[in-house]
Amino acid sequence: MSYSYLRGGLAVAAFTLALNAATAAPAAETAKVVIGNFTFGPVALTVKPGTTVTWLNGDDIPHTVVADDKKAFRSKVLDSGDSFSFTFTTPGTFAYFCSIHPHMTGKVIVKAS
Amino acid sequence: MGEHASRRRFLECMGWAGTGLVWTVSGGIADASLLGAAQAAPKSKPIVTPFTFVQVSDSHIGFNKDPNPDARTTFREAVARINAMPHKPAFILHTGDVSQLSKPAEFDDADQILKETGVEVFHVPGEHDMLDEGQGRAFLDRYGRGTLGDGWRSFDHNGVHFVGLVNVKDLKAGGMGHLGEAQLDWLKEDLAPLSASTPIVVYTHIPLWTIYADWGWGTDDSAQALGLMKRFGSVTVLNGHIHQIIQKTEGNITFQTARSTAFPQPAPGQGPAPGPLKVPAGQLRDMLGIRTLKVAPGAHPLALADSALA
Repeated sequence: MSYSYLRGGLAVAAFTLALNAATAAPAAETAKVVIGNFTFGPVALTVKPGTTVTWLNGDDIPHTVVADDKKAFRSKVLDSGDSFSFTFTTPGTFAYFCSIHPHMTGKVIVKAS
Repeated sequence: MGEHASRRRFLECMGWAGTGLVWTVSGGIADASLLGAAQAAPKSKPIVTPFTFVQVSDSHIGFNKDPNPDARTTFREAVARINAMPHKPAFILHTGDVSQLSKPAEFDDADQILKETGVEVFHVPGEHDMLDEGQGRAFLDRYGRGTLGDGWRSFDHNGVHFVGLVNVKDLKAGGMGHLGEAQLDWLKEDLAPLSASTPIVVYTHIPLWTIYADWGWGTDDSAQALGLMKRFGSVTVLNGHIHQIIQKTEGNITFQTARSTAFPQPAPGQGPAPGPLKVPAGQLRDMLGIRTLKVAPGAHPLALADSALA
């Protein structure tokens, strides 16, 4: 149990650092989606090609991040505090969902600005 | 139970011999047959004899957060309830989410605890049991002996036909539970030879009626499965997933969702999300429990009792 909390805590800490870095250097191609209350936030995220998107599970129940086609990207199960990253290189709209709770859906829109 | 069973037996056996017809009510289907022909009933007509079985659900072994610091402890308490029953149940149905994260140690612990009952257990998976690399392979390897496809099966016990359905495999974005064509085809064949008076018990994880679509509390293609069961006089659908008791009757089909042994969830639509309901430690065991089902011949062959761990 303590291991799980420690791991979650470290993941949150690392994520916060990453966010700070992103804030300090706006050119960094990163973006975040936080999972809370069985919802992806934001539900729709628009990024430039080459952006690494990181999903953080802030819920108290496990979730996954799986492309609708189940091929483009698929996370392992994310316990509370776990995160998953994927770099979007090609333009397009990538719909995804949580394979455990499929009513949870979101999308990443990749387009050059 | 003795008195209860005797009354049911009397109802089943009541006959009006004056006209040469014998009426029997079995599994919710009234049937008349000529005297002397009663013994020549078709082979598929069931003879229901009394027995008891137990449903446990959503043990979520590995869950360790508010409101339950260790789901193992409460699962042990649930098993102690089964062990304390005056007569051993014929078997146990576990309606899914054995584990929290499909980890081998979680399944091991669940098995170790359940083994104390000394009773055979039939499993169907919940979505939490599909989280290994093989997306359910670990569950199937462990509990799938004697099953078909993704883990569905049927068996008969004392005249009752049991059907275990899997509705957590290959879920689609934006959808709910899903049975799939292959399983529905199998179900159609499985039920076809049965007499309409055969009592049917279906056990699965996600409800087969839509309780709350916004939270995915239903099964997309359940209407096809339920359509195959309409001709039966007594159908009982047991499920878990929503960690609370909700009942509904539709014609001859009774839907019964069960409590978890790990944590409660909010009533449908109450609150922002269906996450674990945070309740004070003193109230937790009021909201967890097991279900005992007694089977006896008669028009309503299943009697159901939910008991809390408190």
